Amino acid sequence: MVLTGAEIVIRCLQEEKVDYLFGYPGGSVLYIYDELSKQDKIRHVLVRHEQAAVHAADGYARSTEKVGVALVTSGPGVTNAVTGIATAYMDSIPVVIISGQVPSAVIGQDAFQEVDTVGITRPCVKHNFLVKNAADIASTIKKAFYLAKTGRPGPVVVDIPKDVSAQKCEYDGYPKTIAMRSYNPTVKGHQGQIRKALGLLLEARRPMIYIGGGVVLADAAEKLTKLARLLGFPVTNTLMGLGGFPGTDRLNLGMLGMHGTFEANMSMHYCDVLLAVGTRFDDRVIGSPEHFAQEPRKIIHIDIDPSSISKRVRVDVPIVGNLADVLDDMLKMLESSGDRSDPAALEPWWKQIEEWRGRQCLNYKFSEEVVKPQHVVETLWKVTQGDAFVASDVGQHQMWAAQYYKFDKPRRWVNSGGLGTMGFGLPAAMGIQLAHPGAPVAVITGEGSIQMCIQELSTCKQYRLPIKVLSLNNGYLGMVRQWQEFFHGNRYSESYMSSLPNFAKLAEAYGHVGIHVDKPGDVEGAIREAFARKNELVFLDFQVDPTENVFPMVQGGKGLTEMILSAEDL
Amino acid sequence: MDMRHVISLLLENESGALSRVSGLFSARGYNIESLTVAPTEDASLSRMTIVTRGSDETVEQITKQLNKLVDVVKVVDISEAAHIERELMMIKVRATGKEREEMKRMADIFRGHIVDVSESSYVIELTGTQDKLDSFVAAIDASLVLETVRSGVCGLGRGDRVLKI
Repeated sequence: MVLTGAEIVIRCLQEEKVDYLFGYPGGSVLYIYDELSKQDKIRHVLVRHEQAAVHAADGYARSTEKVGVALVTSGPGVTNAVTGIATAYMDSIPVVIISGQVPSAVIGQDAFQEVDTVGITRPCVKHNFLVKNAADIASTIKKAFYLAKTGRPGPVVVDIPKDVSAQKCEYDGYPKTIAMRSYNPTVKGHQGQIRKALGLLLEARRPMIYIGGGVVLADAAEKLTKLARLLGFPVTNTLMGLGGFPGTDRLNLGMLGMHGTFEANMSMHYCDVLLAVGTRFDDRVIGSPEHFAQEPRKIIHIDIDPSSISKRVRVDVPIVGNLADVLDDMLKMLESSGDRSDPAALEPWWKQIEEWRGRQCLNYKFSEEVVKPQHVVETLWKVTQGDAFVASDVGQHQMWAAQYYKFDKPRRWVNSGGLGTMGFGLPAAMGIQLAHPGAPVAVITGEGSIQMCIQELSTCKQYRLPIKVLSLNNGYLGMVRQWQEFFHGNRYSESYMSSLPNFAKLAEAYGHVGIHVDKPGDVEGAIREAFARKNELVFLDFQVDPTENVFPMVQGGKGLTEMILSAEDL
Repeated sequence: MDMRHVISLLLENESGALSRVSGLFSARGYNIESLTVAPTEDASLSRMTIVTRGSDETVEQITKQLNKLVDVVKVVDISEAAHIERELMMIKVRATGKEREEMKRMADIFRGHIVDVSESSYVIELTGTQDKLDSFVAAIDASLVLETVRSGVCGLGRGDRVLKI
């Protein structure tokens, strides 16, 4: 049948079972928006800024196993979306972004609202396309979804010039399959390597399992948990890996890295066999690679992306493959051989770990006078019984959320780990809430981050999204202030914000409920009230201790064991 | 230790593929000594030769990152084994009076060809390894050189080693 390019776009998205499309209209996408209005399978969510459209699609993808989709116009629509695209790229999130482009005939002539979308987005996408003919739209969209969700996932941009979306052409259905000779991600791990890895693990006396966001993305949490419990090995997770192994399990030593726990960082450094799963040894995780290399240990690294292996740390047993498949193979080999680790041989290691754990590095001084930010997160965990979806912004509050909210399930913790994008939390929560209607969704943010996408409170009103925003308001760009206090002689250059709005009233102005909390005794009541208001967005503005810092801390460039545990260590 | 490597790749002959490769090198701070690219006998594929320098770890990352590009079909470090490298140079030199004869002789010694002649100049075409072309440039009087253009290195493996899909 003969259809226009825009009709084909909508059909393809329907075929991909897209239920929500986050976007913002503009000149170059008018034909697509016109078609959108003629159907009701795909629901469009009108954000207030294109950055939020991509973050919302990203939050949708992170909290489900599906691809998030955004639609933006050419020029500023695309440049606004770039922060969202780069955020998804750094955390390997499957998102497809469809952008309008100026008409083919004027591309390159500095037309109104023209940017080189393919050029601008190239370094922060898994792949991108400029579609030159309507006849190529269906196969391109098929490729885009396939690329976004297979292998190491990532964002894919499909740029469609306005005339192409108007052009008529023969449409003979959405392709069922797609084959690309240049793209064939490895799925199965090398059996010999897997056997070798198991041999090392069973011989280990000081083993450690270190998991990253890959475990969550590959939906391998269940298998990983089974393996760790079967072996009885300690587990640590990165910021992205929270929920990949239950946070309340005794085997879990908590997050590692710059703001990781004492026990996780010490165990990571002194283990003799390290099993790294779906993770990339990044600078915030292992500190200085030279310091990390001072202790000898055998490293097994499982990852879907060969370029993540031996990038920063030399690996002894690399295994490239889909984590769920590789872990499944490991479990099957263990089951069929009956081999098990020797608990008695691990006892001295566990004794050492418990000693480290005994330092209780996450203890903080509770106060009757001023609200402690850690207390807010702990209370949120208590009130939601550890079962909420938590989206976070970036800064001190993000670290406290990661340290004090114990995630037992994957895909409950949604944050910008790699790029560290302030403003991510609220729009991401919109995507989460739409994907999980009725589920408790909280945003942990600060007065700095929330103002970077606060306009989305308007979107939340339009689509009746009952998100609970917990803003840890300390009047400072807290993480910047902390670094200035520690490393820049207490010179708080531009990290103090004056003239903050009355956030409770601001929330009310948007049509929501706003509550200001400044007494520690009111914290729990306020959070309970917020979640009791099932159909309303509640903005909780917590006035917290402005001097509180995130501990433990490994200074940039230092070794993992060189931790600052409290203010006394400074 | 930074070693010289010659990396050959087959990539989809599509607009933008070249900038994905060159963008990767600049974004990740890898160096490019030379880069050549042209379509192959299969018009849907281009073959690229990149000469780069780096430690073993860096070059391993370069090949992995190149492989990760969706447009890249195959990557081989041909300098890992016996291989052939050639580069083309065209050099325009001043050729007047007795220098005219001398320049002709030098071109012959290096097995070059004179492909353009004017009253006062020659264009000499020379093919060979980078070293050979460098030696020619060093061997002639620098003040006589009007302009040079070099293609960059292209190469392939010797014997049974074939880069094909």
